[in-house]
Amino acid sequence: MTKFLLKKCSSLFFSLFLVATLTFFLMHAIPGDPFTQDKAIPEEIMQALKHHYGLDQPLFVQYLHYLKGIVTFDLGPSFKYEGRTVADIITQGFPISLTLGLESLAIAVFLGVTLGTLASFNHLKWQDQMVMFFAVLGVSLPSFIIATFLQYLFSMKLEIFPVARWGTFSQSVLPALSLAMLPAAFIARLTRSNMVEVLQQDYIQTARAKGLNTFQIAIKHVLRNALLPVVSFLGPLTAAILTGSFVIEKIFGIPGLGGWFVQSVVNRDYTVIMGTTLFYSACLMFCVLLVDILYCFIDPRIKKEM
Amino acid sequence: MQKDPLFEPMVYGKDLIDLTASPKFSYRKEVWRRLKQNTMGMIGLCILTFLILMALIGPSLSAHTYFETHLPLKNQAPSLNFWFGTDELGRDIFTRIWWGARISLLVGISASLIDLVVGVFYGSICGYAGGKIDEFMMRIADILSTIPYLLVVILLMVIVGPGLVSIILALSLTGWIGMARIVRGQVLQIKELDYVTAATALGAPPFWILTKHLIPNTMGSIIVTLTLSIPTAIFAEAFLSFLGLGVQAPIASWGTMASDGLPALRYYPWRLFFPAAFISITMLSFNLLGDALRDALDPRLKI
Repeated sequence: MTKFLLKKCSSLFFSLFLVATLTFFLMHAIPGDPFTQDKAIPEEIMQALKHHYGLDQPLFVQYLHYLKGIVTFDLGPSFKYEGRTVADIITQGFPISLTLGLESLAIAVFLGVTLGTLASFNHLKWQDQMVMFFAVLGVSLPSFIIATFLQYLFSMKLEIFPVARWGTFSQSVLPALSLAMLPAAFIARLTRSNMVEVLQQDYIQTARAKGLNTFQIAIKHVLRNALLPVVSFLGPLTAAILTGSFVIEKIFGIPGLGGWFVQSVVNRDYTVIMGTTLFYSACLMFCVLLVDILYCFIDPRIKKEM
Repeated sequence: MQKDPLFEPMVYGKDLIDLTASPKFSYRKEVWRRLKQNTMGMIGLCILTFLILMALIGPSLSAHTYFETHLPLKNQAPSLNFWFGTDELGRDIFTRIWWGARISLLVGISASLIDLVVGVFYGSICGYAGGKIDEFMMRIADILSTIPYLLVVILLMVIVGPGLVSIILALSLTGWIGMARIVRGQVLQIKELDYVTAATALGAPPFWILTKHLIPNTMGSIIVTLTLSIPTAIFAEAFLSFLGLGVQAPIASWGTMASDGLPALRYYPWRLFFPAAFISITMLSFNLLGDALRDALDPRLKI
């Protein structure tokens, strides 16, 4: 187990190091620099600016400095917003994005598992077909379209939920729901196909023969076994919610990290782009690692193999 | 003798020979027959044919071009003159929708084709070579795939600059990994089969085995993955354009049109409705067709 953990952790750090290096050199391969503007800046001021941000040093020195910064979570200043560091932006934006992400995660898992269970217990009946259609629909409708549709329907026409902004629970309902649709559809499909398989096993027949009712069988016998692959979906799920948040936060005017990331891309604010990319990758890799560890605890068969 | 409905005695003749002989249909015909039975898949196929046709002839059906502006006629509701209404510069949305269809289909299909070529090449080499080479090459793919693909695409768009070619390139950069994994898995399975051993024993060179035995037999999975990766590419283009990182004005793309229509949602909802509807319908059709193809190509997978 320890060996497994060590192996996973080291590969995580290696991947992160690669991502950091890659983003650093990619960003520096771009012609021009963050101070290139329509209006020409006098040469002396340009030199002073470059010196202030350490851009006049050799590339390799800058790279070492950058790596040192990552370890101490000092990701440098933002070039566009004076007096703000990348770390500031992350610590401000991330809690908001995290709240939104967790909320939609909960919705996605609940909705997906419920619908998947419903479909598998009514395999090939109309309920099943409805759920499968919902699943295809959820995969096919881009999140920004779902978001605008929900916004139009519930905020502008029915006026049940506020149109935008962030702060109260009712403001988070629509964004969380629109973020959750795609993962919910995936989970519903995955749950359904796994449960259909589990339901054909002999021990389910035994449980039925014992006289357990459908609900008890579903909770105690089927779900436990069918949910294993769903757990492994947690990695891609995080990625989906993460990238989905870019556009959802823009639509609903939420001051989260996703909105910041997009803004920094539009502004060409290189340090913020590098910092957030690295942060996002770290989050994602951490989630994947978490899934690997979780998997060992849930499924004893895997533990034996290690 | 009493007639048993389950076990009727066969009359030896033509029928029996038909039953015992090899299947009447070729594999391709059999797949087509199964595909035709799938209503949803056929609906998807019909819509896609219609979309492709309209992408070709649609812009010339209307009297307006996609870039000409009619400022006095801005934000018009759908009418006889402007079938889908006009946008904030008085441009005809109908024409722009079909131009957008060209962009979306072009991005979707070309990005997926690049994925196909690179993925099949990489995956088959991994699977066939096996061992250390396989482990090393898949390691690279794994690391690449840990970064969310949209993040990579956005990063690349910053570096290369917005535009159609860079969208396609950026999408292909990470898109091939899924294809490579699937092809590798299939090749790993198939290369252990007897007919491959037989071919090796007959002295067939590796390249021959790959192109004549291994890749043709993974075609089913390749086609399904291809069909399902097209909507992903279309979505990514729309997503990027929606964020303002996609194709530049005056070229019409569904993503940019939706993005432009968003602020006007309350008063001119059709400006968002049409591009949004077409993105969704296109993605839905590809997904329906992909699912149907999967069921048709491998009936064992269907549960």
